[in-house]
Amino acid sequence: MDHKKTTLDLFNNVDLATELTLGLPGTDNQPEIIKSSLSGNKRTSSEMGSSTCTDENESRFSPPTKEQVVGWPPVRSYRKNILQVKKTESEMGSGMYVKVSMDGAPYLRKLDLKMYQSYEELMKGLQVMFKCIIGLYFEREGYNGSQHVPTYEDKDGDWMLVGDVPWEMFISSCKRLRIMKSCEARGLGDC
Amino acid sequence: MFPEEVLEHVFSFLNSHTDRNTASLVCKSWYEMERWCRKRVFIGNCYAVNPRVVIRRFPEVKSVELKGKPHFADFNLVPEGWGGYVYPWIVEIARAYPWLEEIRLKRMVVTDECLEIVAKSFRNFRVLVLESCEGFSTDGLAAVAANCRNLRVLDLRECEVEELSGHWLSHFPDSFTSLESLNMACLGSEVSFSALERLVARSPNLKTLRLNRTVPIEKLSTLLQRAPQLVDFGTGAYSAEIRQDVYSRLADAFSRSKNLKSLSGFWDVTPAYLPAIYSVCSQLTSLNLSYAATRSPDLTKIVSQCYNLQRLVVLDYIEDTGLNTVSMSCKDLRELVVFPSDPFVGEVDVLLTEQGLVSVSQGCSKLQSVLYFCHQMSNSALISISKNRPNLTCFRLCIIEPRVPDYVTHEPLDVGFGSIVENCKQLTRLSMSGLLTDRVFEYIGTHAKNLDMLSIAFAGDSDLGLHHVLSGCDSLRKLEIRDCPFGDKALLANASKLEKMRSLWMSSCLVSFGACKLLGQKMPGLNVEVIDERENVNSLPEYVPVEKVYIYRTVSGQRFDTPDFVRIMGKDKDDLYNLS
Repeated sequence: MDHKKTTLDLFNNVDLATELTLGLPGTDNQPEIIKSSLSGNKRTSSEMGSSTCTDENESRFSPPTKEQVVGWPPVRSYRKNILQVKKTESEMGSGMYVKVSMDGAPYLRKLDLKMYQSYEELMKGLQVMFKCIIGLYFEREGYNGSQHVPTYEDKDGDWMLVGDVPWEMFISSCKRLRIMKSCEARGLGDC
Repeated sequence: MFPEEVLEHVFSFLNSHTDRNTASLVCKSWYEMERWCRKRVFIGNCYAVNPRVVIRRFPEVKSVELKGKPHFADFNLVPEGWGGYVYPWIVEIARAYPWLEEIRLKRMVVTDECLEIVAKSFRNFRVLVLESCEGFSTDGLAAVAANCRNLRVLDLRECEVEELSGHWLSHFPDSFTSLESLNMACLGSEVSFSALERLVARSPNLKTLRLNRTVPIEKLSTLLQRAPQLVDFGTGAYSAEIRQDVYSRLADAFSRSKNLKSLSGFWDVTPAYLPAIYSVCSQLTSLNLSYAATRSPDLTKIVSQCYNLQRLVVLDYIEDTGLNTVSMSCKDLRELVVFPSDPFVGEVDVLLTEQGLVSVSQGCSKLQSVLYFCHQMSNSALISISKNRPNLTCFRLCIIEPRVPDYVTHEPLDVGFGSIVENCKQLTRLSMSGLLTDRVFEYIGTHAKNLDMLSIAFAGDSDLGLHHVLSGCDSLRKLEIRDCPFGDKALLANASKLEKMRSLWMSSCLVSFGACKLLGQKMPGLNVEVIDERENVNSLPEYVPVEKVYIYRTVSGQRFDTPDFVRIMGKDKDDLYNLS
């Protein structure tokens, strides 16, 4: 407390005749602030609390929008550029392409898993792409009522049946897809 | 008195500039002795002294370090063309120091001509470090590569280089084998990979290799295999289609890099390739993932294995959970830097709050240096941090929205920052943000006696705030202020303090033309530069605030390389007779 009083006294009692000031010796004119020449920065009075405020600082400031504030936040411009590029890339959709093969088909296809939100949509997409019928998924029996079974290779290199794990887990672990013939999938020889 | 040889031997142990400066003040003979044997010169402000004065005093210099533009130039607050030209220095030192070995420049304008002079003038040139410099092109680099036969270090940190071609790297002759450190991370153009590979292969002392974004991930294993002695490695773009063979080769190469202690790069990360570095994580003392835009789980997995990490630079994608892992796993952490992934977004979709920093401050007992960008802060968090880590030396907090109060109590953050300066008695650098009144400056003036550099933005209520800082901070050398209601009164009342500081920057404040002129007239040891780009600036009355003012002490008087928007106030003969 004492320190504060001392500093404040010292500051307010600065002998203007001997300290550096504007104006000729003997005058004590406070400079006026031309509002129009200030950049706009406003403090709302509710935020000021108990702080002291001199006449000089009652000029009204308005908070600039983010775009107007040069150099804020203090991040180097090359850093801002990189992140903006990343954002655009992800907005454009960099895609999650996996190879899809179908037994008997002469060549492979590529499919963007990000285009689908669920297994139903994926099956529809595969059926359209390969002009095949995949059938319905049942938890215990797998795929019923069709000649084709969708399988995928996961991160560990194992071949799994599509549909067993939640969709999010599937798309993060799926490396490639293979549509097998049902009889091969069941391990039967007679197709 | 000791004989000269003894003194010289004793001085050879004095490596810090401040120690040498102090020793030179003891007496005349020490001054003489010291100046003849000083090998390294550091000039923190290139306009503080003339090159000829430096050369006259120190005739046997082997290493020169110079800084140019003020720090806020990093954030585009210093207009193009302000100054900081190294050319006059290069010309003088080329003439005076033919045996110069090292040049380190920060925030200076370096032209190709400068680099050509460097390349041709110094027979034993070894180290070129250019940090945040601009003005040169890859042609200048080619000249250095072609001519500096004994080069050890070529370190381009965050420079803006005109990319004419990537061919510059191929200019290193086949006979050139002394390379120890190459940092080309800031360059955009592609270099010849075979030239790079051959360069690495014939550089047995290569310890630092920081590639640029154009070097593809598939080629990294080749380079790592060529340089198993590498200590510091920066990848290029770390992305590709997921291929088992590429991954295996890369993981294998990393696992063989037994000396690797520092990793950086990681642009455009494909997360599936990150586990390739797991085998070196426990060796790492420094890790920079600040270009890796990948989410918290991937980042957390990495840091959880970095038991020996001392320095971590990362994006806020790491989130509070990731930092919690850091606090538990990285017990040797000294420095934490968290950059914002998207500095301009309104809604916050990244879960990084003040809590992450509090956790690290709790768990990492050696934490000394913090640069942290976040969206919210509270006084209680700041108080906790200060009590957890009284050993902090550098605390830079940027709350992204200006003037944001304590999000819990809605009060200013005065008490929180006050606690930081009160508890962290060794604090030498502080940057503040959020809602701050004059009170925080009173705390700073009272307690921050070791503070060397202070950065203030959108803070304070009146001149009293600035007065507290200038009158109270005994060790203050660099003060940079933007958008604060500080004006003439505090500045003029503390004019003599400014001569004890390196520099003061004030932009978008309330300092008038008249005050700047008066200061420049009364203080011959200061250059008071008004930087103002308004067209009508010559017709503005003297009581109008300037856009920007940069005040620095100098023994070389005013400079003559200023553009038209820079005025050095109070030095004209006319001004001395015109005090109204």
